[in-house]
Amino acid sequence: MSYLCQTDEDLKTILDTIGIDSAQEVFSSIPVTLKYTDRLDIPGPLDEEFLRKTLAGRPSEGGFAGGGIYRHHIPALVDAVASRQEFLTAYTPYQPEISQGTLQGIFEYQSMMASLTGMEVSNASMYDGATALAEAALMASRLKGIRRIIVTRTTHPAYRAVLRTYLQNIRDLELVEIPFDPDTGRTDLRSLEEAVGEDAAFFVQQPNYFGIVEPMEKIAEISSKTGFWGMVITEAISLGIMKRPGSYDPDVVVGEAQSFGNPVCAGGPLLGFFCVNKNHVRRMPGRVVGMTKDHNGRDAFCLTLATREQHIRREKATSNICSNQGLCALRSALYLSAMGPKGLRTVASQCASGARYLMAALKDKGIQPLFGAPFFHEFVMKMDEKKRLALKDLGIIAGIPIAADYPELPDAVLITVTEMNTKEDLRCLLENL
Amino acid sequence: MKIPEGLNYTQDHEWGKIDNRTMRIGITDYAQGELGDIVFVEFMEKGTQVAKGESFGTVESVKAVSEIYAPVSGTILEVNETLAETPELVNQDCYGDAWMVVIEMEDPSEADSLMDAEAYAEFLSAEAK
Repeated sequence: MSYLCQTDEDLKTILDTIGIDSAQEVFSSIPVTLKYTDRLDIPGPLDEEFLRKTLAGRPSEGGFAGGGIYRHHIPALVDAVASRQEFLTAYTPYQPEISQGTLQGIFEYQSMMASLTGMEVSNASMYDGATALAEAALMASRLKGIRRIIVTRTTHPAYRAVLRTYLQNIRDLELVEIPFDPDTGRTDLRSLEEAVGEDAAFFVQQPNYFGIVEPMEKIAEISSKTGFWGMVITEAISLGIMKRPGSYDPDVVVGEAQSFGNPVCAGGPLLGFFCVNKNHVRRMPGRVVGMTKDHNGRDAFCLTLATREQHIRREKATSNICSNQGLCALRSALYLSAMGPKGLRTVASQCASGARYLMAALKDKGIQPLFGAPFFHEFVMKMDEKKRLALKDLGIIAGIPIAADYPELPDAVLITVTEMNTKEDLRCLLENL
Repeated sequence: MKIPEGLNYTQDHEWGKIDNRTMRIGITDYAQGELGDIVFVEFMEKGTQVAKGESFGTVESVKAVSEIYAPVSGTILEVNETLAETPELVNQDCYGDAWMVVIEMEDPSEADSLMDAEAYAEFLSAEAK
């Protein structure tokens, strides 16, 4: 059944139409003695997430794992619309004659991503954040004179692994990693300064893999000495509270938008995004949906700038990606429409304040975080494996161990707090540490 | 279809006009007609060295993106900047205002292997069969 809301204005229109002053008048023919005049003894309204938990009768699942894939609230509206049969297909239908709904969904997604990142153009989406970064590096490598791809070591380890795979067989292209400051967890700016040059393309993740906020003003200044540079956003929710990437004037902004309305589900499906300014639009991989007019002058949507894709340009194509994550992109557009700018900001600030609350409580217990710089909603601390596994036995995922990717940080665990972690979750973690 | 006399033609449908050691280059009427509405052009920068048969730019129409190949080896002396803003000129005046680049020829004798108008017309009718 569809849910139709009623504004005060709607009500007034209805009352005016039938010529009465209040809704109560409709019931005036019922004798007063038969009317129930007390207030109904029912509890007040609950928010969607709490209502769901209450009805399911079990505590929240998940815990404090993040690191690139995040558990966030998903409004019921997202499932309701995205599971309509017109959208829920195994293949994204692009033919404008039959797919105006799908195409408009992608167009709205593109518009929202462009506006959130502060860039001029977004493509129709990529497989995931890691391949979006790798495609951005390939795009840079096709520019004249680019010989090196520089990436911060605080970039997600899986993203760097995908980047290595993509670049390993490209001749005369070197992959360089910039170390981080062991005290702050931020990228070491002196090393970066020494590495940059016109022959390099540079990518920085913000907030970085340790959850730390990188000093973007300075990094942007240093990056202007490169031939091409980009920002990588692995937690799209951060766009709700942090300065727009586009304001630093990068060439490209790529990342992962799974957090927008897509569940954490055995590692996927993920949703890569790819945004550039107009000067790079013809070098951008993937598809783009544009708005145009049909034969009768009505607004219509269709693929545009497709002439550089592989079915037309063959081996000279900008990339071999001729598809997108249609359904996940639709979900993220639905999520953003349901949350609105205010809602997104609220989610982001709830994540940040939850993480601060937990860190303060840990400090009270004498447990210090590994890095001192400001963070968004993740931080790194030491936790020996025994303790971590003991917590897991209690049903609490205390975070994800990252020492395998960073051998210099033994026993390091990345802890993530989102708006889904209740006070009860935090108390449970603190008590059992 | 226009195939002016006095120009040199390639099998990739470029034309070249020789003036001493330089050659002015564009695409033929046949090429622009086949491509359809041209929406974007992009050439290598001034000063770039190109070898005969090497791509020095692309022409994008609503249907496809095509390479443009250098009829002769040399250095790009001039690039027609107005085409960046008004690529549709290529459809309107491919032998005139829509010239693309001027190349300083490394070896003017390379131009000897290009077709004249008559040979190009024959080549097109053979292609059509």
